[in-house]
Amino acid sequence: MTKADLADTIFEKVGLSKKESMDILETLFDSMKAILSEGESIKIAGFGTFLVRKKKARKGRNPKTGAELQITPRKVITFKPSIQFKTAADKGL
Amino acid sequence: MTKSVLIEKIAEKVKDLNLTKKQTEVVIETVFESIKEALAKGDKVEVRGFGNFRLRHRKFRKARNPKTGEFVEVQPKKVPFFKVGKELREMINK
Repeated sequence: MTKADLADTIFEKVGLSKKESMDILETLFDSMKAILSEGESIKIAGFGTFLVRKKKARKGRNPKTGAELQITPRKVITFKPSIQFKTAADKGL
Repeated sequence: MTKSVLIEKIAEKVKDLNLTKKQTEVVIETVFESIKEALAKGDKVEVRGFGNFRLRHRKFRKARNPKTGEFVEVQPKKVPFFKVGKELREMINK
């Protein structure tokens, strides 16, 4: 399933045109990207939480050459599914 | 940031479409419901630049109840997994 399929679902269920459905989808995902980029987490009730976590600098190794290197501090996004989502995924709704 | 705040934000941005707040809410609910339904059916969902949602299979394992120390058998299960897209992964570190 891709963004185009999601747009089709909106078109069918909500009755927006395909173009409008795609526009609103783009806006939704762009907004979520912008919010997460600011370091803010997003909680969607019944779906899950997108968390921004800060990772400290640590030592790593290039698995190919074996050379030691410093991994810079960075932010990562993790998704914690809600109980409803976990149940749906496991039991097939 | 919660869903209701997100809905307001989106409603503001798509005001050219002349949607009511309620309609925007329905659209957003529909998006997340569709992703959930797709995974429940075993499908995966790919959103370019944002990330992919798919199932991960957890094997059967024996675990302990941390309170009683008793062994319990955890049955194999499927859990939703989100893999961050390249664009978003790079964006958050800028």
